[in-house]
Amino acid sequence: MILKTYKLYIGGKFPRTESGRYDILKTSRGAAVANICRGSRKDFREAVVAARSAAEKWGAASAFLRGQILYRMAEMLQGRASQFVQELELQGFTLRAASRNTEASIDRLVYYAGWADKFQQMFSSVNPVSSSHFNFSMCEPTGVVAVLAPGEGGLLGLVSCLAPVIVGGNTCTLLASQSTPLTAITFAEVLHGSDLPAGVVNILTGRRDELLEPFSTHMDVNAIVYCGSDSKERQETRFNAAGNVKRTVCRHLRDWYSPDAQSPYMIADTQEIKTTWHPIDT
Amino acid sequence: MGKTRRKTGTTTPRKSRSPRPVRKLKFATDWTYSAAPESTDHVRLESRYGLFIDGKFSEPRSGRYFATISPSTEKKIADVADASTADVGRAVKAARRAFDGTWSKMKPSERGKYIFRIARIIQERAREFAVVESMDGGKPIRESRDVDIPLAAGHFFYYAGWADKLPYAFPCRDPKPVGVAGQIIPWNFPLLMAAWKIAPALATGNTVVLKPAETTPLTALKLAEVIQEADLPPGVVNIITGAGETGAALVNHPDVDKIAFTGSTEVGKIIQKAIAGSKKKFTLELGGKAANIVFEDAAIDQAVEGIVNGIFFNQGHVCCAGSRLFVQESVADDVVRRLKDRMETLIVGDPLDKNTDIGAINSKPQLEKIREYIQIGQDEGAEIYQSSCPLPAKGYWCRPTLFTKASQSHRIVQEEIFGPVLAVQTFRTVEEVIEKANNTPYGLSGGVWTDKGAKIFKITGKLRAGVVWANTFNMFDPSSPFGGYKESGVGREGGLHGLLPYVNLS
Repeated sequence: MILKTYKLYIGGKFPRTESGRYDILKTSRGAAVANICRGSRKDFREAVVAARSAAEKWGAASAFLRGQILYRMAEMLQGRASQFVQELELQGFTLRAASRNTEASIDRLVYYAGWADKFQQMFSSVNPVSSSHFNFSMCEPTGVVAVLAPGEGGLLGLVSCLAPVIVGGNTCTLLASQSTPLTAITFAEVLHGSDLPAGVVNILTGRRDELLEPFSTHMDVNAIVYCGSDSKERQETRFNAAGNVKRTVCRHLRDWYSPDAQSPYMIADTQEIKTTWHPIDT
Repeated sequence: MGKTRRKTGTTTPRKSRSPRPVRKLKFATDWTYSAAPESTDHVRLESRYGLFIDGKFSEPRSGRYFATISPSTEKKIADVADASTADVGRAVKAARRAFDGTWSKMKPSERGKYIFRIARIIQERAREFAVVESMDGGKPIRESRDVDIPLAAGHFFYYAGWADKLPYAFPCRDPKPVGVAGQIIPWNFPLLMAAWKIAPALATGNTVVLKPAETTPLTALKLAEVIQEADLPPGVVNIITGAGETGAALVNHPDVDKIAFTGSTEVGKIIQKAIAGSKKKFTLELGGKAANIVFEDAAIDQAVEGIVNGIFFNQGHVCCAGSRLFVQESVADDVVRRLKDRMETLIVGDPLDKNTDIGAINSKPQLEKIREYIQIGQDEGAEIYQSSCPLPAKGYWCRPTLFTKASQSHRIVQEEIFGPVLAVQTFRTVEEVIEKANNTPYGLSGGVWTDKGAKIFKITGKLRAGVVWANTFNMFDPSSPFGGYKESGVGREGGLHGLLPYVNLS
């Protein structure tokens, strides 16, 4: 029996944090479970570079392909469900809750996989302008999105915040919950085995109070999804986001199993609307 | 302005490396234009305007007034009230009362009728509005008459119809109004921006406190008259005048639920920071530095018209102006030559004259800013060309200006000038021009000129901008969403997408 080293996931690779720092994840009774990378500002910068490099190609990938890849993620997750249940238990979930959380995460991926080639039709329009022009508005990905995964919600919270971002063609860098870092990094292995191009999703573990600032101030991040209920953190996020007019999405859900926790409107939160005009000969 | 202007189409001979013989385009060599000023005698203007709060005009608590002047004559047109924080408080209170008491409870179809009525009255009074817009802001009457005012009426008409159809805009959701909207608008399209802000807010059941820009308050105050005439319940729309401090008071007012701002990126960021700790929703429509891309296979004469419209429309006081021109190297000399010829025909002068192409620069500070950039452009090594047109003695004027030999690092290429100043660069390949076009923190608009359909969609798809014009430029429509990527703003105005910022979806 060997123990797993939990590392970061950046640009399709699993590096240790450049900072060399670690935190110890403990059970509620205080027993050490694993050493967790305490990701740094520089790790985050590397992750944004990776996300930016992947953005053009992933944004231009066909909706069909993105849907296939998300579905593949669900398949891979299903195949390793027992590992996730086990890790959730290590992180304080009961067996029942861990199973439910894992199953719901699979379902959520399937849900968003199905939206890949549909949300565009829901949020696009052909506009009946008065002049002789063909005019239409459609969604495009906002770009690079920073995601602060919810503290609660286990794997499901992470998946619920991540899936709508990437299914819409964005790339992202996500900070895992401090309470469930194991499943976040193991989920990176699922991503890695799902034909998701390197850099589309980058996952860091570390301390939110330390990383909130670089996440929200980075000038090459186009949007930030903040999950949580801490009003001070939310204010700091929104304030810092103004530095380059980041789109700020604040999600606070008590129940990640509720129907409100999944919606095409959540995909639209990190989409831009582009309107194109062309003359029509009269 | 009673004098007759002679259009000479002649300019100094210029060097060209083009192998073709240089033929001078003869636009108007022998024509003269008689002055054709729009009459102003039908315009009803007060000498002094109070604040429009709770359905009536009232004196500002501050007791202070400031003058709004005509940038083309430098003469005062009227005094307008300077709203203090207390005045902002009064307006927000009235808006809240109207929201709770009547507007949010009104049957949506009835709400719609009020908005339809506003549209109709603007149409009826269109000529008066056009003249006041040109007097107060300096824009050519041809533009205020044909663009600003009809579009403003159109916006009210468009959104009026949405009032009782909102559930269709948001499938599986129950859209609810946000509450009191604080709206701050710029001086480049005063009435039109007021319409962009007010119409969707009212249609979705919100009430409004609107602050027009301090240099162009008059059409907003005339709009207040229209709102009275349309018999809107008191407090549904409140219009308060003032400068930055008034705007800040509105942004920071705790009982405002939503901020809609159109203006500079700099101020937009300040607003985003100011409301970071609140639950206020916001939309920002900020600056731009649009790339207008001309390929060798474009219809060049049409492209030249598009370039002119892109940068000289409304004196270049347009956030989506095509202020960066990218011309494919093989046709660059030709395009620039034709562009200079065309610029030479543009008439700069009296905004109220129907022949005028380019009116007055909106204010003295803005003129100074533009001049500063023109100096910077020269200092940085770009080559300047300005048309030789005569300028009136009084007022704020700027000749149509272009810079060739500009490069990506130049400030005139990177920064928004908001004036009739075009920076020209060349390119060779599609990849190169996309890279250059997107290399800016802005992302409001862009343009592409080519006869190849597949190329159009390649370029329009890759430009990181909210509005892209292909073989056209600076077109607007109430049904067409408008707004920026990146630092050009958040949210969309116009069209179905323009409803979202004014509703809460549950």
